[in-house]
Amino acid sequence: MSAIGKPPLACKPGDYKSAVKPIWCPGCGDYHVLMSFTRAFAQLKLPPEDVVVVSGIGCSSRIPAYTNCYGFHGVHGRSLALAAGLKVTRPDLTVVVASGDGDGYSIGGNHFLHACRRNIDMTYVVMDNHIYGMTKGQPSPTTEPEFDTALSPGGTGVRPFHPLVVALASGANFIARCFSGDPNETASVLAEAIKHPGFSFVEILSPCVTFRPDESAWKDMVHPAPVPETSDQGKAARRLMTDDGFNLGILYRGSRKPYQPPVGTTSIDLAELEKDFEL
Amino acid sequence: MSKAPGNPKVANLNDLLAVAYQIEIDAVDRYNLLADQMETHNNPELVKIFRDLARAEGIHGEEIRRLAGDFDVVAHAREIAKFKRSESPEEADLSSAHYLMTPWHALQLSLGGEERALAYFKSIVEATKDPKVKAMAAELVEEEAEHVNLVNRLLLRYPKPKDNWADDLDPPVSQE
Repeated sequence: MSAIGKPPLACKPGDYKSAVKPIWCPGCGDYHVLMSFTRAFAQLKLPPEDVVVVSGIGCSSRIPAYTNCYGFHGVHGRSLALAAGLKVTRPDLTVVVASGDGDGYSIGGNHFLHACRRNIDMTYVVMDNHIYGMTKGQPSPTTEPEFDTALSPGGTGVRPFHPLVVALASGANFIARCFSGDPNETASVLAEAIKHPGFSFVEILSPCVTFRPDESAWKDMVHPAPVPETSDQGKAARRLMTDDGFNLGILYRGSRKPYQPPVGTTSIDLAELEKDFEL
Repeated sequence: MSKAPGNPKVANLNDLLAVAYQIEIDAVDRYNLLADQMETHNNPELVKIFRDLARAEGIHGEEIRRLAGDFDVVAHAREIAKFKRSESPEEADLSSAHYLMTPWHALQLSLGGEERALAYFKSIVEATKDPKVKAMAAELVEEEAEHVNLVNRLLLRYPKPKDNWADDLDPPVSQE
């Protein structure tokens, strides 16, 4: 993050909300995620004009419109590419990227790998409900193989994607999992993720009440991780071997230097560059 | 996850009033959010109920502000009334909302909030050694107990809906 160091503001969480009313289904976990965003921003006393929330497509990706920070509702799966471009050119801004399991792990899966690898200083929040909600309930990369619907008779039979394993293996510098139903704890983890230099990845289990009513049981299934966070990738990997998918908390906090190319130091004249492409 | 709050520290009467005020204001915000959701999803009966509940909690908040006299209970609440692990006791559980929910469900949410607030103020009565805090917390217990009774009386008007209340004749997509 970058806005730290400015004179602190007396911002309340409500000060980060826009006048646009969310249209998520009542009971959707994403309402709590929005609360966690605004609470985290208030906790860090970030001036709203120094924060950019970037998203792709899906229910989760509606979130920029519900904050009064700068926002960019981008194209499907490409939020990380947009955010990376923004952050390298405006390193002074705090960049938070919002996505869902469909947007982020399927069409945006490749961007996820390389964002972890590049380690640009931004925070990637994926609201994971194990289903495509906006497009009416198709299986996503994190849907259980046996989840049976008219759209996937008998289930997909396909092994689910494990985002935390992929993030760790690909080089993310901060990895955590939260549950939307505990917005204060989620806000604290988000604040830590934003403060931590480099690429921070936070998966938030956020139930879909409409297409996955079974996920209402998650509130009784989530539990704090039995072991503390680590800065050792090996230990984090071993913890993931026994992960039941409901361990909450910070898994890994690394110390890899963020990637930040120098800005404004190039001597290349754009007009000269254009000449190289002349037909 | 536990609904039990992380108990902001109540060291004196001003702290108690600030916490009590914040609990009411958090409830107002939550009911208004639920009313907004119901408005978006075209459930006008529930819009009215949630707005009425918000108004009632707002009146309670104002009463606490009056009780505090010249003391700036709003600023103090912002400073100290933070519930750490979970949410404010009287806030209705957002995850229990549903676009087809009925007045019975709304009142169940309200009942849960009032009961949690009652338990919260009872815990202060039991824990505090300050006689002024104990006396005020006991008053708040009485008030919350009256709110619990009121919601229970309202529930007599709205019988529990049948188990198929969430069946949608025009569902978002066929899941069968």
